[in-house]
Amino acid sequence: MAGFTFKGGIHPYEGKEFTKDKPIKRFIPSGEMVFPLSQHIGAPAKPVVKKGDRVLANQLIAQAGGFVSAHIYSSVSGTVKSIAKHRVATGDMVESVIIENDDLYESAGPLPIGNIEDMTKQDVVDAIKLAGIVGMGGAGFPTHVKLSPKDPDKIYYCIVNCSECEPYLTSDYRRMLEEPEKLVAGLKIILCLFDRAEGILAVEDNKPDCIRKLRELTFDDDRISVKALKTKYPQGAERQLIYATTKRAINASMLPADAGCVVNNVDTVVAIYQAIIEKRPLTERIVTVTGDAVNEPANYLVPVGTSMKQLIEASGGFKVAPGKLICGGPMMGFAMYDIDVPVIKTSSAITCFTKDEVAAYEPSACINCGRCAEVCPGRVIPSRLADFANNHDEDMFLRYNGLECCECGCCSYVCPAKRQLTQSIKTMRKLVLAKKKK
Amino acid sequence: MSDLFNVSSGPHIRSKYTTQKIMGIVILALLPTTIYGIVHFGIKAAVLVVSGIVTCVITELIYDLIMKKPITVGDLSAVVTGLLLALNMPPNAGWWMPVIGGIFAIVFVKMLFGGLGQNFMNPALAGRCFLVICFTAEMTDFGYDGITGATPLAMIRNNEAVSVKDMILGNIPGTIGETSLVAIVLGACIMLAFGVIDLKIPLTYIISFVIFMGLFAGRGWNVDYLLAQVAGGGLMLGAFFMATDYATSPITSGGKIVYGIALGIMTGIFRCFSSSAEGVSFAIVFCNLLVPIIETLTLPKCFGKGGEA
Repeated sequence: MAGFTFKGGIHPYEGKEFTKDKPIKRFIPSGEMVFPLSQHIGAPAKPVVKKGDRVLANQLIAQAGGFVSAHIYSSVSGTVKSIAKHRVATGDMVESVIIENDDLYESAGPLPIGNIEDMTKQDVVDAIKLAGIVGMGGAGFPTHVKLSPKDPDKIYYCIVNCSECEPYLTSDYRRMLEEPEKLVAGLKIILCLFDRAEGILAVEDNKPDCIRKLRELTFDDDRISVKALKTKYPQGAERQLIYATTKRAINASMLPADAGCVVNNVDTVVAIYQAIIEKRPLTERIVTVTGDAVNEPANYLVPVGTSMKQLIEASGGFKVAPGKLICGGPMMGFAMYDIDVPVIKTSSAITCFTKDEVAAYEPSACINCGRCAEVCPGRVIPSRLADFANNHDEDMFLRYNGLECCECGCCSYVCPAKRQLTQSIKTMRKLVLAKKKK
Repeated sequence: MSDLFNVSSGPHIRSKYTTQKIMGIVILALLPTTIYGIVHFGIKAAVLVVSGIVTCVITELIYDLIMKKPITVGDLSAVVTGLLLALNMPPNAGWWMPVIGGIFAIVFVKMLFGGLGQNFMNPALAGRCFLVICFTAEMTDFGYDGITGATPLAMIRNNEAVSVKDMILGNIPGTIGETSLVAIVLGACIMLAFGVIDLKIPLTYIISFVIFMGLFAGRGWNVDYLLAQVAGGGLMLGAFFMATDYATSPITSGGKIVYGIALGIMTGIFRCFSSSAEGVSFAIVFCNLLVPIIETLTLPKCFGKGGEA
């Protein structure tokens, strides 16, 4: 059977073999830990500790600043050094709680969460909110909001995004291989919330071992199915994933819930399991340290707040001076100019390249070859949109459906003239969306 | 703060395909028919090919230098233009004709409109049309080996019989690059294999042309006649190598089909109802002008708004 898929997309070099076979190692940080108050989409969290306070591991240090926001817990025990602006991976300065780690890892104990058997649906959502869980695939949308759609009876599919289509990343892969039981149990918890929904574990077919394991674990559960997706970027983009698994197509202004779907990433679902069953808040995640510039690429279980610099040192440092450092994968990650930035809830990887591939190419004239339009999963014409964006022609940009772009980067990747298509469109979209908000 | 690293907005990787590589593949794909043309017509064909390529490259270089623009000859597109122009010339043309045609193509059709990708007409074909209008006698003199050399198209026009085998192999009079069906199809396969072109434009072009000729040429569905129409002139070279020119064909996939059909109809009209037996270059150049409107009318529906996913 042909794998489930969508139209368009690209096949970049996967680069997964750097870390694919590296078991997850627990990383023990030392020194200063930085907890930015904005690790999610929505209002920043409000600190509940002050300078000089002693905090324990798993202790609440910042409270959700609204409904669309999330709690933040300390991952270590120690003393609050300051609450000040600190640089994060995107380059912004974000208000952060900075804690000096005392290396004792004294815990504040389990969260006050009851037994799953005695919990109502609302209790489960509240527990997820209490644990401070956000979408760990990269966007960081607060999970309790996602799990509270207007009409829970209209949710027919709970999809777990196990595709990990981003090149180089293997954190989800290792998680599925090492702890598939937690993933399946987490999905079962989500399914408790939606009586009519079926669970779908959507895995790209370049991970046959995961597909086999997950099928073994779910063969006797008729609410859960494992779907093998064709390996292609961006198979894991939310709208493309929903289409590939359910044949329901939504446009950029719709939510997955409009198609009766709830989509969560692997690590998020495991975090839900850890919150409900192990009663632990979200304080750690898996980070892949990879690329040809590090000596020993690896997958780490990292306490949130750890400096990326320490992770790179743990990986044997750089082989040679790196040309480019990316927080996340090479397609959608952020290039960093400084590595003294904290791992946050959404940091999936640090990708280190010896060569800056993009800087080596000089953009040249568009030859109208149409490759960008061919690969665009949103079915727009990136070359035209980029022209409109560069000319700041908002009317034409909107008429050519510029807002339907999901910023996946396929067009920039294939462009033979090496034009900065995604980049131009991204900038224009930001301007248009900001104007709309006003 | 530690050392600073390079930053840029994602994606941070690029495919290995470049404009230069694409043009290189097109040149490679044109080699079979070029070599066949030189073997078939002799050294004079080689002179035209060299003259066409050298003229186009030097013209673009000089233009860039005079206008103080970045030098763009490295993208090889001028080589493709020069080669195509020469392949569209009869072997008896003088060496100076590709020079005139090449200068016209590069300066007036390509560079003045902004260079590669901005030209509204296929430069090589516009150059050829310019030469056909200026030097009609020279551009239609297909004699070789001492034979007066009527092309198969001219022969079937006069109800003379043509050999299908000769047309397929290329043992017929014609322009340097158009005679051998085998060599052209081989080149087309190279481009298809590398993903440089797809079949949308060439197939719709050829099919709609055949249907048009079957209906309106007055010979009915005579297989020999239709085959001669397809293989006996510039249609195959035009359909695979010139109608598929990126800059002058629609970018939308629906538009490519509309464009192919328009080409088939226009070529049919020129061949049936004009005074000339040939019509491919004028049809393509004319349809190039329709591309912007075809594109506007065939904008794809996007994902989730009724578009194909």
